[in-house]
Amino acid sequence: MAERVGVYVCHCGSNIAGMVDCEAVARWAKENVSDVAVSRDYKFMCSSLGQAMIEEDIRKEGLTRVVVAACSPHLHEKTFRRACSNAGLNPYLMQMCNIREHVSWVAQERDPATEKAKSLISAAVARVKRQEPLEPMKVGVNPRTLVVGGGIAGLQATLELADAGYPVVLVERSPSIGGHMAQFDKTFPTLDCSACILTPKMSEAYQHENVTLYSYAELEEVSGSVGAFKVRIRKRARSVREDLCTGCGACIEKCPRKVVDNDFEVGLGYRKAIYMPFPQAVPKIPVIDRENCTWFQRGKCRVCEKMCQPGAIDYDQQDEIIELDVGNIILATGWKLFDCRKIPQYGYGRLANVFTNMEFERLCNAAGPTSGKIVLRDGKTEPRSVAIVHCVGSRDKNHNEHCSAVCCMAALKFGHLVLEKTGAEVYSFYIDMRTNQKMYEEFYCRLLEEGMHFIRGRVAEITDAARMPGEEGKLIIQCEDTLLGRQRRIPVDMVILMGALEPQADAKELGLKCGISCSMAGWYTERHPKLDPVATMTDGVFVAGACQGAKDIPAAVAQGAAAAARVMGMITKGTVEIEPVVASIDEEGCSGCRICNNMCPYNAIEYDAGRNVSRVITALCKGCGTCVAACPAGVITGSHFNNEQIGAEIEGILWDARAAAGRGAAAAV
Amino acid sequence: MKYAFYPGCSLEVNAAAYDVSVRAVARVLGVELVELDDWNCCGATEYFSQDELTACAVIARNLALVEPSMNQLTAPCAACFLNLKKVDRLMAEHPDLGGKINEALAAGGLHYDPGRVRVRHLLEVIHTDVGEEAIKAKVVRPLTGLRVAPYYGCQVVRPYKDVDDPEYPVKMDELFRWLGAEVVDYPVKSHCCGGHMTQISEPEAFELIRRLLQSALEYDTDVIACLCPMCQLNMDAYQSRVNGMFNTSFHIPVLYFTQLLGLALGVPEKDLGFGKEIVSAGPVIHAKLAAC
Ligand SMILES: Cc1cc2nc3c(=O)[nH]c(=O)nc-3n(C[C@H](O)[C@H](O)[C@H](O)COP(=O)(O)OP(=O)(O)OC[C@H]3O[C@@H](n4cnc5c(N)ncnc54)[C@H](O)[C@@H]3O)c2cc1C
Ligand code: SF4
Ligand code: SF4
Repeated sequence: MAERVGVYVCHCGSNIAGMVDCEAVARWAKENVSDVAVSRDYKFMCSSLGQAMIEEDIRKEGLTRVVVAACSPHLHEKTFRRACSNAGLNPYLMQMCNIREHVSWVAQERDPATEKAKSLISAAVARVKRQEPLEPMKVGVNPRTLVVGGGIAGLQATLELADAGYPVVLVERSPSIGGHMAQFDKTFPTLDCSACILTPKMSEAYQHENVTLYSYAELEEVSGSVGAFKVRIRKRARSVREDLCTGCGACIEKCPRKVVDNDFEVGLGYRKAIYMPFPQAVPKIPVIDRENCTWFQRGKCRVCEKMCQPGAIDYDQQDEIIELDVGNIILATGWKLFDCRKIPQYGYGRLANVFTNMEFERLCNAAGPTSGKIVLRDGKTEPRSVAIVHCVGSRDKNHNEHCSAVCCMAALKFGHLVLEKTGAEVYSFYIDMRTNQKMYEEFYCRLLEEGMHFIRGRVAEITDAARMPGEEGKLIIQCEDTLLGRQRRIPVDMVILMGALEPQADAKELGLKCGISCSMAGWYTERHPKLDPVATMTDGVFVAGACQGAKDIPAAVAQGAAAAARVMGMITKGTVEIEPVVASIDEEGCSGCRICNNMCPYNAIEYDAGRNVSRVITALCKGCGTCVAACPAGVITGSHFNNEQIGAEIEGILWDARAAAGRGAAAAV
Repeated sequence: MKYAFYPGCSLEVNAAAYDVSVRAVARVLGVELVELDDWNCCGATEYFSQDELTACAVIARNLALVEPSMNQLTAPCAACFLNLKKVDRLMAEHPDLGGKINEALAAGGLHYDPGRVRVRHLLEVIHTDVGEEAIKAKVVRPLTGLRVAPYYGCQVVRPYKDVDDPEYPVKMDELFRWLGAEVVDYPVKSHCCGGHMTQISEPEAFELIRRLLQSALEYDTDVIACLCPMCQLNMDAYQSRVNGMFNTSFHIPVLYFTQLLGLALGVPEKDLGFGKEIVSAGPVIHAKLAAC
């Protein structure tokens, strides 16, 4: 019996109809494409009315297949599959055809766009007729969640889940959780003490009965899929046994080896070879920096071992590999600072009193290297004038096009701290003042009143080449004041560069492990930028905080909580449906050559030695098709993407070639 | 290593020291410079403001003269270099203009396809093509103790960004470090020397020159190294006039980078054009280099 296909062409408002003659396409399909029983166009197919139209046709017209020509299946495949199900049609007998992203949005002329839409619909109809009903597979959701990154976003997600009663594994790369927020003194716009609001969350997470923390650890490998991931974590050797260490710090105190701390103190302070990044570190367990330890480098010392009463020092400790099953993964790996040396005309690294924003955070911090005194690089002189340069490495085609979103506010915070602590003159050099969250503009106004100076213009150069009286011995900021419309030179004692927030150097690599992608700039790509900001294209993998884009603490916390809520929803439901699009092996034809076994990137093929055949483990298979192509006997089939379906699709797309050549398109191919 | 060579007019007279030293170091470093047969003036900066098409055609003629067997052209003068590079790009980016230029060239039986010749400044050739290893291997008289301030000016590093960092270039710094000199890292190394402004408004031009000399002095410079005849002329020949105008007493020799390079490679001073500069470099060089 011939299939009865329904074709539905969506206008998407004017998104598609503005470039494609949708009415004509619908009419054409009915008249020219074989087995099309119904063909309609409509303003918004995804609306309830549009869906109802499809459902009614399935029932009344007895449709056996449906083609929806609209937007990307990423957006609405689920919607239309559901509509088919509602009307009793197997959802896998519906095919979407993307005439928005693939046609109207990229085309420049109406006629060829309309023709291309016809080709794609013809292909979809040819294919859908050969599709087979499939049943989605149900998989139980492991209630344990993996959170990667223990900054404020990751901590929030961890605590939300743990408080709701679900087990969480938190993996943090550095020796302590806390992220960048642990380095700050005050937080804008309220100026509350960063440590006071952060450290309680850190210890709460550590002590929580539902949280397992692996610090100084990294995620090495992920396999499986939503609901049932398998993860491998490498816990690096601390050289200190966590089960014995009491955190007394005697080892640190007596360690004779002092090195510059380029991590937490951003080069402004020192730490010992055995160290905790900061006194409130969580866990309160030191780690030996083997590269700088006298024992590891020269085979002498072992002072810490002698000092440690509980005997926790373990020089032979090895990295530990931990394998776990988890249901969902939340990535909250944050950001890294732009290397300000990349703009050499700003003098960072060459002119002593040019500081980065993170250095300045440490200078302001009461627990920092200067005990919170704002002083020049000599460690004693208080500056009488300070320049704050915005957008260093941000909004700059040579480096990052994005706005880092937080530095205008951080600059205001710095201005306030300088005025409060020193009485120096403070100049902000900005392009645009971006203070667009709750209470932010008010904070800007406050600084205007406090007497901070604002000069609108990008800084051209920071130099110590004095030109005029009053410039000797100073750092001179050369810039165009775009409000005055003239060049200005402002001599100051200290400069703070507001370096950009950039994606982590290994963001792409980690994303690949978890099956998610990054934007051109390197931030993790969310499922939908507006409507689904914490989910990703891979089910069961979520993102939160600054790894998804530069953002402030309130936004990072909101995303951490949002990601946790999404995960909780899945855990509560208990099962997830996974796509039945998997490979299967016809055991009759399998010679047991095992070529496919090693090809599969997901280790989803096992070998049955007894019967000498290979078999696909459906729960692990992602339907990528690698084995299908690799099998020398050609006995592996990828459901929903079998040869017949793809052949038909190609034949369909060439419908006009067939008409022109007057013979079978298959022959032409 | 073989390059078509465009010396430019300055090197014939006022920058004769650049000319002899370029040829001398090229010989030692094994860089074969094949001078263009019948090259013409590049028109410097002025022609462009008069008539773009003529300015471009005059320059393109030199590109067209590069023998078909060669695909790289090098020029020691910053202005010539930029003009040649710019016209090659303009022709590629604006096929209309390229067509008109080729019509003009056709009158002389010539033709140029943009992109055929890669235009390189001599500094790139020495720094990047010859490279650190080969240069270090040939140093016989290291410039130990000599404080050299490399001066880049504008046209080699801007507006095109592919030669060096446009704001804070470093290639000459690296070269002098390979030669054993103490490199002066001073802040104005790529600021403008004023170019032809001396002919238009002396107070403006002299102020620009003063800033360069002032900064070099503050950073304890023995000698400034240039890569452009215009820059050299401005800082050297006008130095006493600058002193007069600002009541300063600058006395800083300004040489071509190839002169100092030649010295390190063991070329005799007399073959490097020493002594042609107005603020004499001899005393400081002899004092510093004899000491070690
Ligand atoms: C100078 C400055 C001042 C600021 N001041 C304020 C302020 O006053 N108020 C405000 O709201 N915002 C401020 N911000 C913004 C604030 O820093 C961010 O909003 C916040 O850090 C985002 O938190 P996060 O958890 O997403 O990332 P992060 O703080 O970067 O934390 C990420 C964590 O993940 C870990 N990690 C990274 N990669 C891995 C990996 N592969 N495996 C395991 N762990 C990993 C890191 O070690 C880190 O602990 C400021 C920013 C700057 C630059
Ligand atoms: S063994 Fe290493 S960490 Fe321990 S005290 Fe000596 S230098 Fe410090
Ligand atoms: S937040 Fe302000 S300083 Fe930061 S990049 Fe955006 S505009 Fe520039």
